[in-house]
Amino acid sequence: MNEKITIALAGNPNSGKTTIFNNLTGARQHVGNYPGVTVERKEGRLKFKNFDIDVIDLPGTYSLTAYSPDEVVARKVIIEEKPDVLVNVVDASNLERNLYLTTQLKELGVPVIIAMNMADMAEAQGIKFDYQLLSQLLGVEIVRTVGTKKQGIEELLETVVNVARRKNDLPEKQVKYSSEVEEEIKKIEALLNEDTSVTDEAAASLEGIIDSRDNCLKRWLAIKLLENDKDVIGTVKSQNGGKQVLEQLAKSQEQLKKISGEDTEMLIVDGRYAFIRGACQESMTFTEEDRLSMTEKIDKVLINRLLGLPIFLGIMWLLFQLTFTLGGPPMEWLDAGFGALGEWAAVHMQEGLAQSLIVDGIIGGVGGVVVFLPNIILLFMGIAFLEGSGYMARAAFVMDKLMHKVGLHGKSFIPMLIGFGCTIPAIMATRTLENDRDRLLTMLIAPLMSCGARLPVYTLLIAAFFHESVAGNILFSIYLIGIALAIIMAKVFRKWLLPGESEPFVMELPAYRLPTIKSVLIHMWERSWLYLKKAGTIILAASIIIWTLFTFPIIDPQGNEFESANVQMEQSYAGRIGKAIEPVIAPLGFDWKTGVALVAGFAAKEVVVSTMGTLYSIEDEDALAEEEEGSVKSFADRAREQSGYTPLVAYVLMLFTLIYVPCMATIAVLKRETNGWKWPMFTIGYTCALAWVVCFIVYRGGLLLGIGV
Amino acid sequence: MENGNLKDLEPGQKAKIAKISGTSSIKRRIMDMGLVPGAEIEMERYAPLGDPVEIKLKGYHLSLRKEEAENIVIE
Repeated sequence: MNEKITIALAGNPNSGKTTIFNNLTGARQHVGNYPGVTVERKEGRLKFKNFDIDVIDLPGTYSLTAYSPDEVVARKVIIEEKPDVLVNVVDASNLERNLYLTTQLKELGVPVIIAMNMADMAEAQGIKFDYQLLSQLLGVEIVRTVGTKKQGIEELLETVVNVARRKNDLPEKQVKYSSEVEEEIKKIEALLNEDTSVTDEAAASLEGIIDSRDNCLKRWLAIKLLENDKDVIGTVKSQNGGKQVLEQLAKSQEQLKKISGEDTEMLIVDGRYAFIRGACQESMTFTEEDRLSMTEKIDKVLINRLLGLPIFLGIMWLLFQLTFTLGGPPMEWLDAGFGALGEWAAVHMQEGLAQSLIVDGIIGGVGGVVVFLPNIILLFMGIAFLEGSGYMARAAFVMDKLMHKVGLHGKSFIPMLIGFGCTIPAIMATRTLENDRDRLLTMLIAPLMSCGARLPVYTLLIAAFFHESVAGNILFSIYLIGIALAIIMAKVFRKWLLPGESEPFVMELPAYRLPTIKSVLIHMWERSWLYLKKAGTIILAASIIIWTLFTFPIIDPQGNEFESANVQMEQSYAGRIGKAIEPVIAPLGFDWKTGVALVAGFAAKEVVVSTMGTLYSIEDEDALAEEEEGSVKSFADRAREQSGYTPLVAYVLMLFTLIYVPCMATIAVLKRETNGWKWPMFTIGYTCALAWVVCFIVYRGGLLLGIGV
Repeated sequence: MENGNLKDLEPGQKAKIAKISGTSSIKRRIMDMGLVPGAEIEMERYAPLGDPVEIKLKGYHLSLRKEEAENIVIE
C-alpha cells in the first residue's frame, strides 16, 4: 500500500509554476472550479517511489492578503486542505519579490520547499546563488529547477518526500520585525493568551493546522491583525474576548504610527523585505549587466511608441486568420460529416418522430456544437502561445488606455475582437482577465460584438430589401451600432451593476520565452474538452426542447395531418409562442411569423434563415441560404405581402438579431464560466430588453421620418 | 530633497521610492509587486497611446496606469 502525500504548488504568476505542474502530473490533471468563485482548481497526481502524490496547483499570487479572489482561495486551500508540503515555485531572476510570498507561506505553518525555477535564465544573467547558505538563512529547503528543460524534478520530489516525513533538519526561521513592532506583537499575543476564546475560535476556523505549533498561531494572528487582514479581524470581532484584542490593536497601531510615521501594514511589509534583502545579499552575487536583456531588446521594437500599435494590430490579424480562416475547412468537413450522418440516419430509420428527433434534434443540435471545435482549438492554441510567450501582457499594455476609457481593462480587447468571429471563444478568452469584475463585464458585453452566425441573416435581408449600392454601408452600420452599444452598456454596467473601486492595473511584463509545445497543447486541450463537455450537454437539452416546440403538435385537433410545412409551423408550439408574443413585438413592426423566426434564433442565429424559408414557403431552403436571386426575390415578395415587410422593418429585424439573446451555446458557456445561471439569465434579460428599446426607437423614428417605408 | 511623483519621470530617468500613498488596496497591490520605499526604479517608457507606463525594477518590469503611478512618491 503506497503512502499518500498531498502537495500544493504556490508561486507568483509567470514563475513557471504551471510548467512544473505539467512536469509533475503530465496528462493526469483535472481542471475544475472552486465553488462560488471563478477561480480555477487544478489538480493532478503522480507516483514517485512508493508514494502516491496528489498535487494541487494553487492560483498564481503575489501575496496572501484577503484582497483578491485568487489569494483568498490560495490561503483557504492551504488552511482547509492541509497539504503535507508547500512547493513554492520561485523565479530565480526575480528572487526578492518572489520571496515576499514565501515569507507569508511560511507563516501558515505548513512546511515549505522552494523550487528555484528558471535558474538557467538567472545564471545566464550572471547571477550566482549559494543555495546552501540561502537555505540556512531562510530556513527552507531549496531545489534548483528549470521547468522548461525538466531539470531538478527528481530532486524536487526527493526533497518533498523527505520534508513530508520531517526528515530535514533546517533551523526554524521566522521573519523578525523591528523592535517596536515586535513589542506590539507581544502585547497582542498577551491578550490572546489571556482569553483563549479568540485563539480557540481561530484554531477552529484554521482547523488545527497550527495547533501543533501553538506559538505560531498567536503570533500569526497578531501579525495578521497588525496587517488589517479582513478575514482575521472578522474572526476576532466575532468572539467575546475579541473586543479587548481589537482595542489593543488600535492602540498598537496608533503607537507605531507615532513612532515611525508609517501605517502598521507598511511596517510589516518593510520587515518582510528587510528579512529577504538580508538573506539575498549574503547568498547572491551579481555580475554587473548593463547590456540590455533579450526581452528589453524585443520590447524596444514591439511596444515602442510608433510601431507598438500597428504591430499589435498585425498580431491580432494573424490570430484572427489562424482561427477563422485556417479553421474554416475543418469546420466545413465537420458540418458535412454531421450532414452525412443525418442523411444516413434519415435513410436507415423509419420515418416518424424518432427519426426526426434524432436527425433534426440531436444530430442537428450536437453537430452545431461540435462544428465550432476547430475554431476553438486553434484559437486556444494561439492564445496559449501568446500568453506563454509573454506577449499577452504587452497587448494589454498597448490597449489599456482605450479600454480603460470605456470602463474595461487592457486585457478585454482580445476577447472583444474574437467576438466578431464567434462569441463562444470570446467568452472563454476572458479567462486572461485576473479581476472578476473586469472579466464579468467583458463577458456581458461580448455578445454585442456581431458574431459570424448573424451574418447570414443580415446578408439575406439586405439582399432582399436593399439596393446593391447601399448594401455595404447598411452592413457596416449594423456592426458600428453593435460596438456603440457595447461601449454604452460597458459604462452603464460599470456604474450601476458592478460598481466599486477600479482594480489597480499594476501588472508585470514578464520576460519573453518560447513556450513549450507540450504546455501549449495541454492548455489547448483543457479548454477545448471543457467546451465540448459543458456546452454540449446544455445544447443537447436545448436542441431537443426547440425541436419539440417546432414539431408538435403533428396533427390538428381533428386528427388530420397538416396541409403543408407552413401550416404545421403555424400550429406548432413554436408558432403559438410566436403568436403569443406578437403584441409585444408589433410595436417594432414585427408579426407572429417574425416572432417564430426569432424564437428559432434562440437556438442558433443561423437558424433564423431556414425558419424564414419555411414560414414563407420557400421550397428550396438551401437556395435561400445561398441567396439565389429567385429564392430571395420570392422571399422578399412574400414577406412584404404576408407580413408587411419594408426596408425599415428589415433593418429593424437585423438590429434585433444583433442585440437579442446570444445563441444557446453562448449561454451554456456563460453558465460554465460564471459558475451559475444568474449571469446567463441576466444576459438573456438585458439583451432582449435592450433589443426591444433600441428597435422601438429606430422603427418609430423611421416611421416618423418616413425612411425606408 | 525634492519630492516628485513617479508619473513625472521621463523615459530613462531613475529614482528611489520615498513613500507610497493612496487607498489601502492600491497601496497593498503596489507593495505586493515590490514597489516599496527604498526601492530603486527606472522609468522605461509610455505606452503608444500615452498610458500606462512601464518601469523597471531590480530585474523585472511592471506596468501601471498614470493614475496609480501618482501614488508613488519619489525623491
